[in-house]
Amino acid sequence: MEISFDLNGKKTKVDVPVRTTLSDCIRHHCLQTGTHVGCEHGVCGACTVIVDGEAMRSCLMLAAQADGSKVVTVEGLCAPDGGLSALQASFRKHHALQCGFCTPGFLTTAHALLTQEPHASKERIREVLSGNLCRCTGYINIIEAVYQARAAYQGKGG
Amino acid sequence: MGASGGFVGTAVERVEDLRLLTGKGRYVDDIHIEGMLHAAIVRSAVPHGRIKAVDTEEARRMPGVRAVFTGRDIAREYGGAVPTVPIRLYPIPQMEPFAQGVIAVDKVRYVGEPIAIVVADTPGQAEDAADLVQADIESLPVVADWQTSMKNEVLLFESHGSNVVVTYTGRKGDAPGATGPYSRKEKFSVQRHSAVMLETRGLLAHWQEESGRLTVYGAAKVPFSTRKALAAHLDLAIESIDMIEVDVGGGFGVRGEFYSEDFLVPFASRRLKRPVKWIEDRRENLMASNHARQMDCELEVVCERNGRLIALRGKGYVDAGAYMRTSGAISPRNVAQFIAGGYNIPHVQMEVTICTTNKGPIGTYRGPGRFEPDFFRERMFDMAARDLGIDPVEFRRMNLVRQEQMPFPVPSLDNPAKVDELDNGDYQFTLDTCLREFRWEEKRKLQGKLVDGRYHGIALGCFIQGAAAGPKETARIDIEDDGRLTVYVGSASVGQGLATVLTQIAADTLEVPMDRIRLLHGSTTHLKEGFGSFHDRATVMGGCAVLNTAAALKTKIREAVAAKWGCEADQVRLGRDLAVSGPGGSLGAAELGKMKLRADGEYANHKHTYSYGTAAAHVTVDPGTGRVALLDYFTVTDAGRIINPMTIHGQAVGSVVQGLGGALLENLAYDGDCHFLAGTFADYLLPSAADFPGVRAMVLEHIPSLSNPLGAKGGGEGGIIPTGGVISNAVAAALSSLKIEPKSLPLTPPKVWALIQAARSARQDAPQKETA
Amino acid sequence: MKLPDFQYFAPATAGEVVRMLAAHAGEAKILAGGQSLLPVMAFRLARPAALIDLRKVEGLGEITIDASGVRLGARVRWRDIEDDKRLATAHPLLVEAIRHVAHYQVRNRGTVGGSLGHADPASEMPCIAATCEAELRLLGPKGERRLKAAQYFLGPLSTALQPDELILEVHLPAWTAGRRWAFQEFARRPGDFALAGVAAYYDLDSQQRASNAHIGVVGACHFSARLPRAESALNGKRVDAATAQAVGRVAAEEATPTGDFHAPVEYRKALVGTLLERALGEAAARK
Repeated sequence: MEISFDLNGKKTKVDVPVRTTLSDCIRHHCLQTGTHVGCEHGVCGACTVIVDGEAMRSCLMLAAQADGSKVVTVEGLCAPDGGLSALQASFRKHHALQCGFCTPGFLTTAHALLTQEPHASKERIREVLSGNLCRCTGYINIIEAVYQARAAYQGKGG
Repeated sequence: MGASGGFVGTAVERVEDLRLLTGKGRYVDDIHIEGMLHAAIVRSAVPHGRIKAVDTEEARRMPGVRAVFTGRDIAREYGGAVPTVPIRLYPIPQMEPFAQGVIAVDKVRYVGEPIAIVVADTPGQAEDAADLVQADIESLPVVADWQTSMKNEVLLFESHGSNVVVTYTGRKGDAPGATGPYSRKEKFSVQRHSAVMLETRGLLAHWQEESGRLTVYGAAKVPFSTRKALAAHLDLAIESIDMIEVDVGGGFGVRGEFYSEDFLVPFASRRLKRPVKWIEDRRENLMASNHARQMDCELEVVCERNGRLIALRGKGYVDAGAYMRTSGAISPRNVAQFIAGGYNIPHVQMEVTICTTNKGPIGTYRGPGRFEPDFFRERMFDMAARDLGIDPVEFRRMNLVRQEQMPFPVPSLDNPAKVDELDNGDYQFTLDTCLREFRWEEKRKLQGKLVDGRYHGIALGCFIQGAAAGPKETARIDIEDDGRLTVYVGSASVGQGLATVLTQIAADTLEVPMDRIRLLHGSTTHLKEGFGSFHDRATVMGGCAVLNTAAALKTKIREAVAAKWGCEADQVRLGRDLAVSGPGGSLGAAELGKMKLRADGEYANHKHTYSYGTAAAHVTVDPGTGRVALLDYFTVTDAGRIINPMTIHGQAVGSVVQGLGGALLENLAYDGDCHFLAGTFADYLLPSAADFPGVRAMVLEHIPSLSNPLGAKGGGEGGIIPTGGVISNAVAAALSSLKIEPKSLPLTPPKVWALIQAARSARQDAPQKETA
Repeated sequence: MKLPDFQYFAPATAGEVVRMLAAHAGEAKILAGGQSLLPVMAFRLARPAALIDLRKVEGLGEITIDASGVRLGARVRWRDIEDDKRLATAHPLLVEAIRHVAHYQVRNRGTVGGSLGHADPASEMPCIAATCEAELRLLGPKGERRLKAAQYFLGPLSTALQPDELILEVHLPAWTAGRRWAFQEFARRPGDFALAGVAAYYDLDSQQRASNAHIGVVGACHFSARLPRAESALNGKRVDAATAQAVGRVAAEEATPTGDFHAPVEYRKALVGTLLERALGEAAARK
């Protein structure tokens, strides 16, 4: 089945078996492997991508359901010059990652959240990020990193 | 350590992060090799049975299927008996009958045991075909717990005649003969749980027929050991196998050991002459990656009326699952040897028996055989303290091993013999630090009180954490043509920030900026020999190997330049940025690079280091629901020497949260017929960001280790160790008015609620008894 | 855990959806948000021959609020309910219950119709539909029909929805001013399926006694339904602590949960009682 969508600003066309999830399509057909698969049943959040501005679990979507959409993955979050975005830099500064496997899902989720709610409280951040699992960090640093990155989102139109 | 670069001891941002934050990490499933095929493992749904036949006809005909191999297919190629999973750690003859064949041939002994491997063009096609493999298995009665195991009425290994592998005894003084004015005996149990890292296991095996070489991506933890086992099983020279460690999504002891798939996937690749990839799915990971922790124990404490401990004696029974695998001996051994923890108990005897059952086989999981005895012992201590009317803090303070008593021997172990000693440290110092930072005196006012419908409880526990297992670690440093340095180490990364920490050490020793150094680790291609990452050893062993190698490189530089200039080595001055000056003028790093200078080094050590600390928790219990909520958790560790305070702090917090999951949430549950119940993330509950927001950790450099040049003691595992004891003691303290003594984990709401109900109805009965 | 194979269709109208369902004679399933269906398929517990995706069907995503109550189109997402500020007054019980559904990412895709079609007794939406006597509007090959919740929910994961029928919308009766209500749920971690939950509302008669009581449960009955005995115990009473406790006890008795290794039956029943007692306390205190 042919599917067309915008992937990180690039027009993308793939021909994939119908049962292909969006996560497998992105990883193995578009070869953007930054998005990770941790459970394939919609609990761990490692596969989170942003579809038309909203964070979604890409393992719980068929690639077909992204036809015509704008999809942003962790690769698309970098600064225009390829460097770290403010959010990514905040993760580094606050040591919000260890093995890095869950990290792309946290970044996309946090980016979607702060884009829509740049004044999100720590409680709100924690509430939203409770849908992403991490086994290494214990979360404290991740919450702090996202909270401290808010300033970068507050300048924009929201 | 002659370091003046200032990287060691600084919270340097991690070198790994740039890749990992931008989606440029490279985990094994990210690797695509032209023409690669995909494997699916067919697993037994029967916990104990005889395999009558495995019908693969329908599966073979499915679209995209290239091959299906059963146990009998593979056994035929191996003269009747398939290769076994090696017992890597402390193998003894008693374990041989319990070794696991890499694929089931005549019997299955746990739900999840591999019975066939399917290889197809896509993972979906492999799974479709796997669903159609028909296994005709005649069910046998199950051995569902250690009690049944020890009866030896139903046998997992009929020809052997027993389900019991071995009993380890940790011994000190004369515990059986010890007496005292106070004693108490209790039974405790810890549930089955394990690492459940975010990236499941996986490997990509690439057999290249022309060269006769096998490359395996996805190695971790102990790649050199795995390579050795694989070479033996495939009848290949070790040098013809490359184990490549790529980015690793957490290990915690479970990833990187040799499993069935570590043979089956390379076997398939060689047979099909194509690369074959296998990625474990989450259900498999929960079912079939090493399990851990489950054991019962009966423990007795004997002490003076003033709380001074006299003896600790007990028997533990480990529910080890169906086979002895690579690291299955460690937890039982550690329980036996470390039941006394950091406390001075003159007489100790702990007998720990490994019992096989029809469940997933066990291995090491962070703090193996240390989480369990800390739970048993610390619970025991709080009960004894309460009976004797002694403050639980003072009970611990008076019994902790004191600095002047170190090195302090721990109980000796057998099968094989092992002696060890607590190296050095001021255990009372971390106890006092914890009391102060946790604000114990202030929180104590709430102890046992019911406030706004919630009971409050606080507790603390003192822990030790053994690290730095020998025998050694290796490293090599090359100066490249452009003057940059490549450091190779035998240590493996499991996501712990290894590259950063070791780079800091190299940078400081050689006085170069960190970005001049590229650090490669884990893969067998870099070094001839490596020993890996486990027992919290990478910083100490890998770090000292790098330290020694860097020092050796400096010597080599001086000697080589001296030869070039025709002068003495001590006339050559080596300064920052590898700038050399002396009688012959001066040279820069790039010129040194063109001289093809490199050094090999290693660090050998058999002494374990012991970091130590104290943890405290403040919980509330909702009697209406049984929910335990964590208001505050504080842990302090003396790590001896801290290379990167940021990464070691991250390790401490992550380790604590894992422990809290074990104390309150996680359970690899089976039903009474040994069917596995926890195969989804809705059933196996990992801590989320909302569960334990109040965890605080402090890692100090108080007293350096004397046994290694870094003075470091490790620090990756300690946080998890005391959590079971601390949380359960806090719950007991909260519910002390109801006289509730939790003795099993996890402390789920239904369990706590049931304890409360039982206590309340007991109280209702009691008054009637009194008046009767 | 790759998905099993299936045919995929994305028709443009509700009529076509129904025609396709009929053509596949019970072997096709509707795909809305996929948040319940895809995990079930990933575990290969369901292997429908065809998935009929609603993504192109217009007109199913509206939230309509008028004098008759609140109508939620089948494709209304949890996120849409969260974002629609009118619902805070139009149906506060719905808003409160939906707050507990899963997590952020799932809420961006999960739908009302999907949840009602799946009919998991541990889900919040079926509980609200049952508690509030909702009416479902269904479309089949022979046209539309309406079913009240009590006729719709038949058993765990089992409803009166025919294999060739599509849920168009659910209609919650109008919410009255001055109504007392509460929703209390107990889950191991926030966003998990509830071990038990209760939804409750009542009106006050001229003597400030409870009337028109509606009590429903999440996760503590074989399927989403009201607790008529608990409701009777509540009607006509002043809602104070003693009443709340007594009604809680009746509900605990009346609930018929299934036990599993997470929690046995005895605990779940007691939990229903405790949650209802607390819910009634909360409802009574509400201004």
